[in-house]
Order: sequence, then structure tokens, then C-alpha cells
Amino acid sequence: MARLNVNPTRMVLTNLKKRLKTARRGHKLLKDKRDELMKKFLEVVRENRKEREIVEKMLMDVHSRFVMARALMSDAHLEEALIYPKQKVTLKASSRNVMSVEVPVFEFSTEGQSEGDIFPYGFANTSGELDGAIVALSEVLPHLLRLAELEKTAQLMADEIEKTRRRVNALEYVMIPNMEETIKYIVMKLDENERGNLTRLMKVKDMMLEQAHSYKNK
Amino acid sequence: MHKIAAMGDKDSILGFKAIGFDIFPTGPIEELPGLLTKIVEDGYSLIYITEDTAVHISEEISRYRSSYFPAIILIPGTKGSLGIGMKAVKESVEKAVGADILSQND
Repeated sequence: MARLNVNPTRMVLTNLKKRLKTARRGHKLLKDKRDELMKKFLEVVRENRKEREIVEKMLMDVHSRFVMARALMSDAHLEEALIYPKQKVTLKASSRNVMSVEVPVFEFSTEGQSEGDIFPYGFANTSGELDGAIVALSEVLPHLLRLAELEKTAQLMADEIEKTRRRVNALEYVMIPNMEETIKYIVMKLDENERGNLTRLMKVKDMMLEQAHSYKNK
Repeated sequence: MHKIAAMGDKDSILGFKAIGFDIFPTGPIEELPGLLTKIVEDGYSLIYITEDTAVHISEEISRYRSSYFPAIILIPGTKGSLGIGMKAVKESVEKAVGADILSQND
């Protein structure tokens, strides 16, 4: 591990010790954050998978109904029937905070002339299959929005988890070991200086005693 | 107020018009990235794209993955599910966990 490039002084040592303490605390917090995010993420993803399966199944059903409708009506008629929608979907998006990740929450309301009357066409020129298809499709709508919410949440959380994991690893395997090594180096250097100083003093004392009493301390 | 768009081949998305989505039928493949950009710039915050369209513009779609809006959701088209939507879920898991730990139970 690389040691940081610092001067081995007492002041740097104090600073480093402070930084190490902060880093350790940050590491612990980030680790907790990562674990909690992971827990939440797995919940979301499980639900996401389930919802997607439901939506895919329902949409396939809708498609097959539409195929039937298309077979019974001409393209022009079909398009004409659907071209001006009666129902309007308004989407409200607010956000929810999951472990400091902002995730969207979708709320939708449909505006139509009346409940249960979603067919934007008269029944004279259209086939019954089309009605079935439209009803089926409007049933998928809540699931579609829920799926969107879950999928976006999963994506955003996955990003955040990846970032947090990198930070945790950087702290755990790079920052903290580096600082520990540097602290060790400074402590050793300071101790070495101290020993050097002590030896020098003893030597000087010996020399002075010798001068004063011409007496050799063996 | 947020708007919802559906993008894909006309047959797959025509029905969405009836339930109040704005639909964007796709033309030739070369125009797909431009169309997606246009939809995003028009301020749609929720975009449903059929899987068989999404195959051609996966790069453009992944650009919006990490941003808050728009949410791009893949849905199966008339040809059936291609499994791309499910793959995206798996990718999220792999990104977060490092391995796909959920798929063994299917």
C-alpha cells in the first residue's frame, strides 16, 4: 500500500488521526446505507419482476384482441374510431425519498365524460372485438403506471447502490489502509528521532563529565 | 402536468390512443433516435416503447436510464415479448448486486 506523501511531524500526525477517525465513521455509515439500500432494492426488484410479468401477459391479451378487431374492420375505420380519444390521462409525478435516493411516484387520474364510457366512437361502425380490446387496455393502465414507477425506482436505486458500493470499497481498501500506514510511518519516524535525540544527549553528557572531572564513565 | 407517450409500430400502439396516451408511430429505423429525442424534448415524462422498436435504439434509451425523467418503459409489441424488458430488470440487479441473484427462481 502506498503511503501518503506527508512530512513526518506531530501536527500532520494529529491531522491524519482525525481524518482516519472521520473516514472510519464515514465508512461505517456508507456501509449501513449500502446494506439498507440493497434490502429495499431487492424488494422493489421482486415486485418489478412480478408487475412486468403481469403487464406483459395483459398486453399480449390486448394485442390479440386488437388483431381480431383489425381483422374485422378496415384499417381506415379502426383509425377513425380511435383518432379522437375521449379519455384523457393526466399524470402527476411526485417523488419519494428512499435512503436519499429520489424516486418517482406516479399518480394518474383519468378525465372522461363519464365513468365506464371510455369508447371514443359510436358503436355503429365498429366491431365488438374493439370494445373488448379497449376495455382490456384500460385495465392494464394502472399496472403500466405502477410498472413505470417500479422500473424507474429500480434503475435509480441500482445506480445509487453502485456508487455507494464504490465509495465503501474505496474507503475500506484504499483510503483507510493508506492512512493507517502513514500514521504508522510517522509514529516510527518520530520514535526514531526521539531515540536519536536521547542517544545524542547521553553522549554529550559523557563528554561533559569527562571534561569536568577527567573521569571516564565506562 | 406530465404527459405519457407510446412509441412503436402503429399496430401495437394504436390502442393506447384510446386510453389517453399520445402515440408516436415509428417510421424507418434511421429516424428512430431522432423521434425519441423529439419525444423527450417535447416534455413527455413517461414513454412506453415497444420491444421490437427498442432493439434498434437501445443506446439512446440507456442514456436516459440514470436520469430522473423521462422514465422509458419497454412493453411487448404485437409480435410478443422478446424478453428485453425483463433483461433490463436483470441488468439493474446485476449492476446493484454484482450478480443476477433473482433469476434462478424462474
